[in-house]
Amino acid sequence: MSAESLQFVAGGLTTGAIYALVALGFSIIFNASGVINFAQGEFVMIGGMSAATLFASGMALPVAIACAVGAAGIVGLMLAKFAVGRARRADVVTLIIITIGASMLLRGLAQIVWDKRIHALPSLSGHRPVELFGATILPQSLWVLAVTIAVVAMLSWFFGQTRLGKAMLATSYNRLAAELVGIDVRIVLLASFGLAAVLGAIAGVLIAPITFVSYDSGVMLGLKGFAAAILGGLGSFPGAVVGGLTLGLLESLAAGYLSSAYKDVIAFVVMLAVLLVMPGGILGARTSARV
Amino acid sequence: MRASSRADARRTWWWATPRSGGIAALALVVAVLPLGFANGYFYDVAIQAGLNSIICVGLNLLIGYAGQISLGHAGFFALGAYGSALLAARYGWPPSLALVTAVAGVALVAYCVGRPILRLKGHYLAMATLGFGVIVSIVLANDDRLTGGPDGMQVPPFALAGYVARSDHAWYAIVGACLLAAVWLAQNLVESPTGRALRALHTSEVAAAIAGIDCPRHKVNVFVVSAVFAAAAGGLTAYYAGFITPSSASFVRSVELVTMVVFGGMASTFGAVVGATVLTVLPQALTVLKEYELAVFGALLMATMVFLPRGVVPTLSGLLQRGTR
Repeated sequence: MSAESLQFVAGGLTTGAIYALVALGFSIIFNASGVINFAQGEFVMIGGMSAATLFASGMALPVAIACAVGAAGIVGLMLAKFAVGRARRADVVTLIIITIGASMLLRGLAQIVWDKRIHALPSLSGHRPVELFGATILPQSLWVLAVTIAVVAMLSWFFGQTRLGKAMLATSYNRLAAELVGIDVRIVLLASFGLAAVLGAIAGVLIAPITFVSYDSGVMLGLKGFAAAILGGLGSFPGAVVGGLTLGLLESLAAGYLSSAYKDVIAFVVMLAVLLVMPGGILGARTSARV
Repeated sequence: MRASSRADARRTWWWATPRSGGIAALALVVAVLPLGFANGYFYDVAIQAGLNSIICVGLNLLIGYAGQISLGHAGFFALGAYGSALLAARYGWPPSLALVTAVAGVALVAYCVGRPILRLKGHYLAMATLGFGVIVSIVLANDDRLTGGPDGMQVPPFALAGYVARSDHAWYAIVGACLLAAVWLAQNLVESPTGRALRALHTSEVAAAIAGIDCPRHKVNVFVVSAVFAAAAGGLTAYYAGFITPSSASFVRSVELVTMVVFGGMASTFGAVVGATVLTVLPQALTVLKEYELAVFGALLMATMVFLPRGVVPTLSGLLQRGTR
């Protein structure tokens, strides 16, 4: 592999890991409640913006990051509690519109609380690029990949070993049966939004040093995260990771070898193609319509 | 059953039916409104409200009646606008011919896009239409040799048979007439067998199919109709404003249009007009609160869906009917 293509692959894996974290958030909420949360990108923005402003106000970087992730988690819980939870029996179009409203509200509040300017967050460990087989890689890219792997490992432990995680999985398989064995699906809904918000905020904190952050930087990331979730198979956790990394790689290679202007189109063309050809995605369940 | 409904129709006056009565009331409002306009700014806001209403009346057919979501209608709006502008400005076509050709082109695009993606349901349909809209907006912003890129492009004024529409009054009349025509067309469609088929497939596609309704065909048709409304409004907007930018195709703009439909009331043509008008005028009236616009919009959207899921107009008219009984 040439140094050039290695460079593109490294860049693609970095953005791909971010897409994977966002896609995981989509899948967790979709599994627990059947809702597509269009405010997922705003969790990313809240994570990045809070960390950037807290750090700028003099807080130590790790503390600022922890506070930012916590703040996003609280926003996620509030969204579940006060909006989605109240309209549980509504149809899909209504739920979509509620979360779209939430994303506008959060962006609007971000404009008021912060501003419309672009903010920066320092890297976790310096800016000096690392040479690897002729490709130059930012240390932050390695952080992104390492943290994503750690998060995926923790998630598989959470869903495989803990009571709450198992309850969330059970609810995604069959809500009624889960309720019958005593699982409180309201707690599951809250936990799913909280967890998705935390994942989004982690993505936001990781990507902010590379691409900066502003009140509306979550929109595109959210949409691409959703495209990644669809690509991998909506509701499948391994699918979200595979979809995210695939999308990141495709984008990076397309930007490098085809046209950087149309980089953003790739995600949506791929998503449309997947939707039309194999709506289940790469690792999604093969389902047929139920009457 | 049929005989009795015909007898009912004979007894009720034409202007008292919801369809013609509503259109007559709307025509009256459109005609009388300018008496209260102090200056050109009022005309400008009213024209924008009218153009948004035209789009929302069409979008409501798709979302409200057929129950299919589209998060990409700004794409059709922008294609109509850019199509008209390009044909008129770059190729020197007469503006009216350019507008008609652009709208026909958008109808074709909507048919080709709608055929495959309307097989999808719910979230997947939302995402596919969204993807279409985003692709349109990125292409418009990047293809700068043709469209002028992110800076937008100039559009020549609208002219028909030697008459050039420049004044606010002329545009108010044009948009008002188009809005009335749009509402009349939509109302007719809703009360036709097609309208009943759309409502049936909204409730249950399986049941509708068993009753002999060709669901895919009806869904694609209503998708094309709503795209045509959006494209026509787009073309008119381009000529009226004299300038267009790719932001007219943005995801945010698509969401704004859905907000208007949902706020006014789904499955209510006049609700769509009310929603579009209120949400066009409100930001103008609240210019002091410019920073809060996005937050207010979002909160309004969430509150409408949580507390008045049917929208403002159907909920209010339901309350009125209960009150008079």
